Amino acid sequence: MVGLALTACAASDRDTGGDDDGATDGGRDTFIFAASGDPSSLDPAFASDGETFRVARQIFEGLVGVEPGTADPAPLLAESWDVSDDGLEYTFTLKEGVTFHDGTAFDGDAVCANFERWNNFTGVLQSESLSYYWQKVNGGFASSDVESLNGTGKYESCEAPDAGTAVVHLRSPLPELVSALSLPAFAMQSPTALEKYDADGVTGDGEAPVLPEYATGHPTGTGPFVFESWSPGEEVVLSAYEDYWGEQGQVRRIVFPIISDATARRQALQAGDIDGYDLVGPADVVALEEAGFQIVNREPFNVLYLGMNQGNPDLADLRVRQAIAHAINKEALVAQTLPEGTEVATNFVPPSVAGWNADVATYDYDPDKARALLAEAGRSALTIDFNYPTNVSRPYMPTPEQVFTAIEADLEAVGITVNAVPDPWNPEYLDRIQGGADHGLHLLGWTGDYNDTYNFIGVFFGGTSNEWGFDNPELFAAINDARYVADLDAQTEAYEAANAAILDFLPGVPLAHPVPSLAFKADVRGYPASPVQDEVYNVITLGD
Amino acid sequence: MTRLILRRLALLVPTLLGLSVLLFLWVRALPGGPATALLGERATPDAVARINELYGFDRPLPQQYVTWLGQLLQGNFGVSTRTGRPVLDEFMSRFPATIELSLVALLVAVGVGIPLGYVAARRQGRLVDHAAVVTSLLGVTIPVFFLAFLLKWLFAVQLGWFPSAGRQDPAMVATHPTGFYVLDGLATREWDASWDALVHLVLPALALGTIPLAIIARITRASVIDVQHADYVRTARAKGLSPTHVRGRVILHNAMLPVSTTIGLQIGLLLSGAVLTETVFAFPGVGKFLADAVFNLDYAVLQGFILLIAVVYALVNLAVDVSYGLIDPRMRTR
Amino acid sequence: MSAPEVYEVPQAPVDAGELAEDRRAGEALWRVAARRLLRNPAAVLGVVIVVAFLLVALLAPVLAPYAPGALPGRADVRPTFIPGPSAEHPLGLDRYGADVLSQLIWGARASLLIGVLSTLLGLAGGMVLGTLAGAFGGWADSAVMRLVDLMLAVPSLLLAVSIAAVAGQTPSSVVIAIGVVQVPVFARLLRGSMLAQKNQDYVLAARSLGLSRRTVTMSHVLPNSVSPVIVQATLLLATAVIEAAALSFLGLGGGSPTTAEWGRMLVAAQNELEVAPRLALWPGLCISVTALGFTLFGEALREALDPRSRRR
Repeated sequence: MVGLALTACAASDRDTGGDDDGATDGGRDTFIFAASGDPSSLDPAFASDGETFRVARQIFEGLVGVEPGTADPAPLLAESWDVSDDGLEYTFTLKEGVTFHDGTAFDGDAVCANFERWNNFTGVLQSESLSYYWQKVNGGFASSDVESLNGTGKYESCEAPDAGTAVVHLRSPLPELVSALSLPAFAMQSPTALEKYDADGVTGDGEAPVLPEYATGHPTGTGPFVFESWSPGEEVVLSAYEDYWGEQGQVRRIVFPIISDATARRQALQAGDIDGYDLVGPADVVALEEAGFQIVNREPFNVLYLGMNQGNPDLADLRVRQAIAHAINKEALVAQTLPEGTEVATNFVPPSVAGWNADVATYDYDPDKARALLAEAGRSALTIDFNYPTNVSRPYMPTPEQVFTAIEADLEAVGITVNAVPDPWNPEYLDRIQGGADHGLHLLGWTGDYNDTYNFIGVFFGGTSNEWGFDNPELFAAINDARYVADLDAQTEAYEAANAAILDFLPGVPLAHPVPSLAFKADVRGYPASPVQDEVYNVITLGD
Repeated sequence: MTRLILRRLALLVPTLLGLSVLLFLWVRALPGGPATALLGERATPDAVARINELYGFDRPLPQQYVTWLGQLLQGNFGVSTRTGRPVLDEFMSRFPATIELSLVALLVAVGVGIPLGYVAARRQGRLVDHAAVVTSLLGVTIPVFFLAFLLKWLFAVQLGWFPSAGRQDPAMVATHPTGFYVLDGLATREWDASWDALVHLVLPALALGTIPLAIIARITRASVIDVQHADYVRTARAKGLSPTHVRGRVILHNAMLPVSTTIGLQIGLLLSGAVLTETVFAFPGVGKFLADAVFNLDYAVLQGFILLIAVVYALVNLAVDVSYGLIDPRMRTR
Repeated sequence: MSAPEVYEVPQAPVDAGELAEDRRAGEALWRVAARRLLRNPAAVLGVVIVVAFLLVALLAPVLAPYAPGALPGRADVRPTFIPGPSAEHPLGLDRYGADVLSQLIWGARASLLIGVLSTLLGLAGGMVLGTLAGAFGGWADSAVMRLVDLMLAVPSLLLAVSIAAVAGQTPSSVVIAIGVVQVPVFARLLRGSMLAQKNQDYVLAARSLGLSRRTVTMSHVLPNSVSPVIVQATLLLATAVIEAAALSFLGLGGGSPTTAEWGRMLVAAQNELEVAPRLALWPGLCISVTALGFTLFGEALREALDPRSRRR
């Protein structure tokens, strides 16, 4: 006791020593943006999630960028590109005078080194949880133990005739390549640093990879910010890159404090601890605005849907799926649970995407028809599992519990008994939905990566999957054939047809295109809100 | 004295061994076994088989346990599935935060609890007393996380007097050689960093300290009431000792023995409460990490952290007992 | 929260001799206790709260206007607006359109169920261990006490959390977790008071009359050790209610968002503080008042059953 009291007194005496200085803000050049979780890896080639990409976009740049405020490609590290008539040869003219953070020059060889790296991933690097995007876009690797990935990629080779040029050769056309290259997963990384810090030295299992030094502490790109530190569960810190080729801007330091709880993020903003945060709940928008904070909306480029697993015999019956679609009051759902400005969805792609089809089958709210369909299917007393994630906000689903509750009540109203199955988002929920057959109805959605129909419906319905549990070769073919149609108009037409086919088959119910919101302190100006979240903080200004 | 310490340390060994057996069996008892703990519930059979072979989960249990224990003794507590870093590193990097928080909370509890209890006892039956009794009752019956949330809502969100989260203003560039942020600032002469860390401690420490405060106040009150009616106090008064002397030396001194026992018992409460308080204030300590591990079913972390906390808990209890032995002569003879 | 540490404060050891004396005086002990209880205003408050809580929990089907989890006002809820009190819904609606009053009433039943079941579980486990240790002593005693030490080596909430995490996302796992955490507390208490009884004159007398150890233990020692256990059980009911809320807060215990349970309601309300702060007020108040009631009642009971206090 005495000992404790003594130490305590000593501590308190010394504590007051710091008193007179107080906290000073100085010139405001630190931008503090609350992240909802840790990046899964600092190497974006091994990632497909928003929090990783948010950090990666500050550190890295790709050959192709995004036209501000849209989902369309724009020049970035490549000043221009030519595509040969057969669609097999892409010639990129590179920006000059760009260096990576470690001093390595960015040139044609660096570009080819990156392409070759992706294509030559082996072993555990080929698992979907790591090289998801290369697998999805390219379709395979140089070689693989898995037959469907072994040499099946579109990419053939890369050459650098001079320092300012890189030429990529394809085996067969891949019209979405340029758009896809705007993804952080395909950002340019310093070949020197990749080698020095053993970037490909991932050990462990695809499900529980142990990342190498590069991905945990030495990401090296060409972007306006340099990686400084990452304390998992606490914060990621970046600082300005002195030799950045472009406009450095006012922000000299970025801190991403990791605050997983949505309420805690809002409170941190209200308490003045942070400058801004993402995934603002619809309930908070008005309160924050009234309190003098800024709300910035992204253009919705997403879809929220109700998935129906046909591995479940009840849901394999089209009439049951139709009944469920008719039972849901989408307008009420949007009004009660989703942000202002959210539109009801009819397609699995948002209307701003070229392949969106105005004439798909819509399933209007009609409880009587739903009951009739259930009776017709002989399943009037249907009991069904309904999976939903807890404690998570996604850009397309700010409050899953509320969406679940609204739909649950609609289904109960037509006589379906709902068995609620909540799971934490990651990994339980995603594993349950995507990793196995043990699920019934579920809530999920998708934010598009770039303006391309396949980036939505191809991801969902490009082939058999655990999530949907059906095998419909005709539908798969319609979608996958459309992907490689080189002529744009013909491709759009093919995609519209595919969308109509999907809504007839009704593997799930598209619900809405929710408006994602961010919130900031009043003096944060020029936040580059982007439908595809291509937001780099060097353009932000702080203070008045 | 030394013998007492040695005996207590010796008793600690079987307890911790027993706990390690329980924790070992605990992860084995998970549906799907330890491979599931590493890979998540929906792992493919292939992956499970690979992990089983890699880590030897297919060998007999006793053999596995011995291997595991051997690794523990070498400081290998496994790897967090969530962060991919060694469990021991995660613990050590967060432990200073929790110590700092707990100490300040204890300071609040003792600094307010004892005077409150004492004043209440001296004014027994008056308004102050009733107020103190009600306060201490409420202190025990309000859920910690709710109290933490109310404090944060009022003093951070509505009034803006204190920060709502974390240990340090993210805009502040400070070095942390020891991990004790308040002390770090003093050591590196970054006064503002030290002050900032202290300001970040205020609300979490208040929330964490309230239950111990309530308990300490009650015990102090009861104990002072007991003592002031004791025969020896009457004797002291009768002998003509000054009231100040009677109050200070006789009553307070004698009343403090049960109180100091109580203070020692609060350590476990602080460690439990830290899980909730740190979560509410996004305070990056051991408790927050543990709560995250629960949420993410990061079994390696759960297993390792609980074992490490038990070790810390046992050692602190031992230290507390030993220090009583030094204060209270009666204990020494035992 | 954290039951065991809270109430492990040094307690006046129950003077077994006097208790035994009271027992020999028939039921007088309980009558005296009841009379003393009613003279203490804090105890009366405790009794009132406990009785009210029990009534609400038991009569929930009669009292609650709506079924648990029913969403009568679902259509009236908007992201930025949750309807407040009205004639139809005296305490207003929650985020999902459930009637708050009904949810609170059903929540009392859930709390009672969790509290009673977990305390019974703890009591049963503690009885078995404590009786083993107290009755047989020696080898059994030290084995049991090692086990108890082991369980007390982990701070209680952490123990509860680890148990609940393994037991799965169901309400019964909360009961198990809280119950198991109470086992060592009861075990220690029973063992202690049984050891104290063992060498009492009446026990020695019974033994010398040739009664078997079993008979003496079951018919004399155990019953006389019971009153501190009843006190402890009452106090632990209070902490069970709070701990259940804490487990809800950490995301354990399962159930859907509309489950009528105070802890869950409180946790959910924290997200709505900007829109409807009252939603946090009610469940918070219910938890605190119930815990307060059981604490007051338990402490008064302890005082009333404690022969020492009679002299004051």
